[in-house]
Amino acid sequence: MTVSKETKSTRDGYAAALLELGEKNENVVVLDADLAKSTQTEKFKQRFPERFVDCGVAEQNLMATAAGLAATGKTVYASTFAIFATGRAYDQVRNTIAYSNLDVKICASHGGITVGEDGSSHQALEDIALMRAVPRMKVIVPADYYETREAVKAVAEIEGPVYVRIGRPKVPVLFGEDYRFELGKALILRPGRDVTVLACGFMLHKALEAAEELAAEGLEAEIIDLHTIKPLDREVILASAARTRRVITCEEHSVLGGMGGAVAELLGEEMPTPMRRIGMKDTFGTSGKAEELVEHFGLGSRHIAEVARTLCG
Amino acid sequence: MRGESRRVRKANMATPMQRPEGALLRQNEHEELREELEGIAREIRWDIVRMIGLAQSGHPGGSLSCTDILVCLYFHAMNHDPRRPHWPGRDRFVLSKGHAAPALYAVLARSGYFERDELWHLRQLGSILQGHPDRLKTPGVEISTGSLGQGLAAACGMALGLRMDGNPARVYALIGDGESQEGGIWEAAMLAGHHCLGNLTAILDQNGMQIDGSCCEVVGLGDVAAKWRAFGWEVEEVDGHDVVEVCRALDKVASAALPGMVVANTVKGKGVSFMENNVDFHGKAPTPEEMERALKEIEGS
Repeated sequence: MTVSKETKSTRDGYAAALLELGEKNENVVVLDADLAKSTQTEKFKQRFPERFVDCGVAEQNLMATAAGLAATGKTVYASTFAIFATGRAYDQVRNTIAYSNLDVKICASHGGITVGEDGSSHQALEDIALMRAVPRMKVIVPADYYETREAVKAVAEIEGPVYVRIGRPKVPVLFGEDYRFELGKALILRPGRDVTVLACGFMLHKALEAAEELAAEGLEAEIIDLHTIKPLDREVILASAARTRRVITCEEHSVLGGMGGAVAELLGEEMPTPMRRIGMKDTFGTSGKAEELVEHFGLGSRHIAEVARTLCG
Repeated sequence: MRGESRRVRKANMATPMQRPEGALLRQNEHEELREELEGIAREIRWDIVRMIGLAQSGHPGGSLSCTDILVCLYFHAMNHDPRRPHWPGRDRFVLSKGHAAPALYAVLARSGYFERDELWHLRQLGSILQGHPDRLKTPGVEISTGSLGQGLAAACGMALGLRMDGNPARVYALIGDGESQEGGIWEAAMLAGHHCLGNLTAILDQNGMQIDGSCCEVVGLGDVAAKWRAFGWEVEEVDGHDVVEVCRALDKVASAALPGMVVANTVKGKGVSFMENNVDFHGKAPTPEEMERALKEIEGS
């Protein structure tokens, strides 16, 4: 697979999925907290105003209200920025949504460092770790427009709480109209024998670009789209690690407790394998353009390639 | 079955909307109602003290302060059917002050949601009765609560959901005065006021005490009725231990187009002399001797 020049944001994929869901399923309700224009729930709001509730600047209230709506049988999509959905409202998500096992799909945009100029207060770097630790919560980090659209549609049929991390920037289109999302099923996008590179979200196209660079040098990286962090696809990860004996994880999230943490836990227990985690190194973000920040924090394709060379060398 | 008599009585009564204000119940009906509900409340208090005493753990003070309110809800105001706990047309109740779970459990058992014997396993490993309400374990519990300040928002969500469906059922939520220090209560108050959630009734169990002392000393709520009015709610203030007054207030705010708030002035530990207004019994179980003394006092009341 090669990286396309066409770009589209994952939040546009979210908006498209909500419109489809709204048409097909009268039970779908969408909630936001004064960020409808940013999270892209605005389009659903325009089309289905009677099934949209703006909770105002009150993210804790957003989550607890979403729980109550779900308790009346609704499938609720609750959106705000990832930092607020998982940080500010953590207790509501844990104690009222997840403990009650309610059908609330937390679709949070602006995950990761690529939020850019708004800076650290708005860059969620611990959200995957927080949500992954909550019992019953499933955690999905889709990589492009189509994967986001299909994942958001698919989770309507999955019982209980789900966290979907959506990004701000436009990213290359990797999949197409025929993409079908399957929870917990990692996808080998590019087979390779020398090193396994697991990536999610924004970082997937960076990993694919790194694989191109490495291939030119004769190093074959196996690129795996690990869109579901929980439940983790143990089989695919372990089988690939057994083949390559080297693993790299890539995420725009802290290296503590996120996707890299999940993979490290699995390999540590089942198949200790030399590995490197690429991500935010236990640090806050900063203001800057998304691509500048990717470069600044060592998340670019050349960084991935460099880590791969070192690990294989 | 016990739930039956209440439902039959309710069916025979005119709806609150059709009754002229102040004539909700005739005088002889008042006295019948008072006798019936006070009798149930006595049994509920006995059950609360025994279950917390046997568990040697739990919150007697705030359970006893809200007992009369819960009895008024489950045996007068609410339209529910213990044989069909998931009936879509049922009124919903949310115990936002989840630590008063013993009171809710006793009322649910008395209504027939589960066997009364379950009460004696409160807080034990494997019990259907957790320290705080768990909707997945206990029949009749609508949503899990315990972390304060969230139940009222969940009740708002239920009220919104019912309204979207054109379902005429009501949602009731009981909050505490200590709990009202949580910002989440006021976020929910604002949302309900904004959306004119006339199908939502909240009851404030104002017993004036919290773990660290009296609410006035910790962080006082000030003129709480004025606060709720300012948030766009229909407010009634009552003696939370006068069952007829509580029922009348519940009926009255239910007929308003705005969300209803019944400020119920209560006594923490009500019904057991040595627990009344004694903050030590917020979250402390009576000793076996104290339990026996309390049960005898309730029996003789």
